[in-house]
Amino acid sequence: MLDFPTWKKAMLWLVAAIAMLAALPSIMSLTGSNWPDNLPDPTVNLGLDLAGGSHILLEADPAQVASQRLDTLEESVRTAMRGAEPRLRIGDVSTRGGRLSFMVDDVSQVDRARELILPLINGTGTVREWDLQVVDNQRFVLTPTEQGLANAIDQAMDSAKEVIDRRINALGTREPTIIRQGDNRIVVQVPGLQNPQQVKELVGKTARLSFQLVDLTALPADVQQGIAPPGSEIVPYAASSDFPGQSIAVQRLGGIRGDNLTGAQQSFDPQTNEAVVSIQFDADGGRRFAKLTSENVNKPFAIILDGEVLSAPNINEPIRGGTAQISGGFTVESANQLAISLRSGALPVDLAVVEERTVGPDLGADSIRQGLVAMGVGTLLVIVLMIATYGRFGVYATVALVINVLMLLGIMAALNATLTLPGIAGFVLTIGAAVDANVLINERIREERKRGRKIVSAVETGYKEASRAIYDANVTNFIAGVLLFQFGSGPIKGFAVVLVIGLFTSVFTAVPLTRMWVAHWLRNARPSELNL
Amino acid sequence: MKLLKLVPDDTNIKFLKLRIPFFAVSLLLIALSWALVFSKGLNYGVDFAGGLEIRASFTQSEQAPVSQLREDVAQLGYGDPVVQRFGEDNQVSIRVRLPDEVSSNKDAAQQAANRIVADLRSNYPDFRLDGNDNVSGKVSDEFRQDAIFALVAAMLAVAIYIWIRFEWQFGVGGLFALFHDVSLTLGMFALFQMEFSLQIIAAILAIIGYSLNDTIVVYDRIRENLKKYRKMPVPELLDLSVNETLARTVMTSLTLLIALVPLLLFGPASLFGLTAAITLGIFVGTYSSIYMAAPLLVWMGVTPQSFVPQESVADRQERIARGEV
Repeated sequence: MLDFPTWKKAMLWLVAAIAMLAALPSIMSLTGSNWPDNLPDPTVNLGLDLAGGSHILLEADPAQVASQRLDTLEESVRTAMRGAEPRLRIGDVSTRGGRLSFMVDDVSQVDRARELILPLINGTGTVREWDLQVVDNQRFVLTPTEQGLANAIDQAMDSAKEVIDRRINALGTREPTIIRQGDNRIVVQVPGLQNPQQVKELVGKTARLSFQLVDLTALPADVQQGIAPPGSEIVPYAASSDFPGQSIAVQRLGGIRGDNLTGAQQSFDPQTNEAVVSIQFDADGGRRFAKLTSENVNKPFAIILDGEVLSAPNINEPIRGGTAQISGGFTVESANQLAISLRSGALPVDLAVVEERTVGPDLGADSIRQGLVAMGVGTLLVIVLMIATYGRFGVYATVALVINVLMLLGIMAALNATLTLPGIAGFVLTIGAAVDANVLINERIREERKRGRKIVSAVETGYKEASRAIYDANVTNFIAGVLLFQFGSGPIKGFAVVLVIGLFTSVFTAVPLTRMWVAHWLRNARPSELNL
Repeated sequence: MKLLKLVPDDTNIKFLKLRIPFFAVSLLLIALSWALVFSKGLNYGVDFAGGLEIRASFTQSEQAPVSQLREDVAQLGYGDPVVQRFGEDNQVSIRVRLPDEVSSNKDAAQQAANRIVADLRSNYPDFRLDGNDNVSGKVSDEFRQDAIFALVAAMLAVAIYIWIRFEWQFGVGGLFALFHDVSLTLGMFALFQMEFSLQIIAAILAIIGYSLNDTIVVYDRIRENLKKYRKMPVPELLDLSVNETLARTVMTSLTLLIALVPLLLFGPASLFGLTAAITLGIFVGTYSSIYMAAPLLVWMGVTPQSFVPQESVADRQERIARGEV
């Protein structure tokens, strides 16, 4: 017991010192002092509930990806059939039930049609994307494979994540976190926000822009009832537009999508001084836009954003420069936001905000202050009780407790862990529980003394017999902590992290460290009586 | 220096003598808790019920206009809001549970929150948004499932651990003590209709860990004494073990409590529920270690033989070979 080799002492002190040193930058930043730039500075991150900021959970609807994919397939099938030499005629096209089915008019051409379709359904990867069935000799039925659909959703979410990344970076916000969660969700966390509303609008906007010709054959009465002529669809006007509450019919095919943009800025219309968004097409988009406008001079086309008509201006002359202007009752701010969204590209799917948690920066600062006060008072009370109960052994336990708190902070900093509001409660709980090991040991030493053991032997037995229960109790706490971490979202995870790291640091400080000090004292002072 | 002794030396309290009445009371409390949970229900916060919660300060006012706010928000047609003071006198939390027909839309909570905040901003010039939580019905359903899973998994996992380290009777006893603690905590939340949120689940998981601390310390001593005093009747031996560890049990519960009480009094308002749940759990957990975990061992027939290693076949054959049998 008394025999504590120097290397062991050195190791214990070294571990404690390194862990405590790692806490220094965090303490300095909490107290507002500066840490020298040229030194490594591991700091504890503050969670959104302490630093202020927004946590936004976005969810995509897999059914939407499926139906978009079906539309794309329909278009490529039609294009392939039209482009064949000689042209293959198909009819009775349907996309009901998530499947594409159509008839090949000429039964003798079925094999040729199959050849044309095969490359479309095999996709680029290793998995087949669609299952092909031919029924009644001339009806083709294309069903999406599970794997193909899963891949499509996966790709859509990946590119949605990139789009959100670009949008948030355009705001110049510092250190946003954007991660995918599960199959069809994205978590966006933006710390220290001044205007959370802006981020939400920017992130949730699909920004799918299209230019579609207005169907002039549609009867106004039919449009009012939502009946579109064949090949057209009814689209409502946006609330901010000049005709809120009304709808128009636009042609489904032959329009231009806003995918081929190279730029978008907020600007002002020279004539009306209204806020507008100027967009620039890339070479391909510019060519197609020029073609569309020159073929349809004096006809109106609708500018549609996310399924709502912004405006439907007349094409006065062909637009060949590859630039265009979008108007639609914008304010400067909303035009600016749309410009950012368009520049960063459309989201491949609509994303709904299914969870949002925002904390203002003031509230977070209050919480930290109150938490620190509570922690200070709690620590003080524990120290008083421990010293009053165990005297010298209580002093050892409380020094260990202080080292424990510093080590816990240091390890969290080194791991770049996040301190959350429940994490503060975790600190307090750790302070209350950390001395448990010392209580166990000290009570055991008391017992052994009562049974008449000599001082050194009693201390030795105390440490030995108590460690079994300390070990088991910490393992079960660890199990509960891991499940807590698994279960929780951000703030709760922060609680779990503190509790779990606290288990390790408190066992380290409460058992071997105090044991080293007790051994040192017993050896040098050779006490004849143990005041415990 | 005279040291403080919270528990006198050599206590000999006959805990086990009253095990049947105490056990009956405990069972009654468990039943009562569940009856409360099912009849009164838990006061789910937005985490589990879906909807939105807005926290705000009225920076220029002494008092937040609570009843006025209630009317204002009710007028927007999202049902009756729960408006409460939260933290300082001029701070409130506004909770709105969305009606089913609205919440089927995934963005519903989000849109309602935007509208309420915009409305309050224009009505109260000194309105400051401190934070808001909007949770859609789908996400709150998931939270509820995850929470139940986490609680059950945690209890089973630690019970299995105890079974492995001790004996099956100890695993069952520990599990039952945990069930008691979790039940009573839930019962308290149902009784006082305190807001039940994700944080409370976190608190209960922490309670599972700490309550088991006590149980393990008592069990560890029982195991030690079973090996030491082979002839002592089991109830007497359990009493001895509980008494021997009583000083430690009291001391540790006390250090936990005095660390937590300042957090309860001076800590941030949003930690109150979590801290209150853990504080309660420490009381309940200490009680259950003494009055549930230990007596159960008697009924499950723990004997000094429980820890005698069974002789393996190989050992026995060796003994036979040596002619000892």
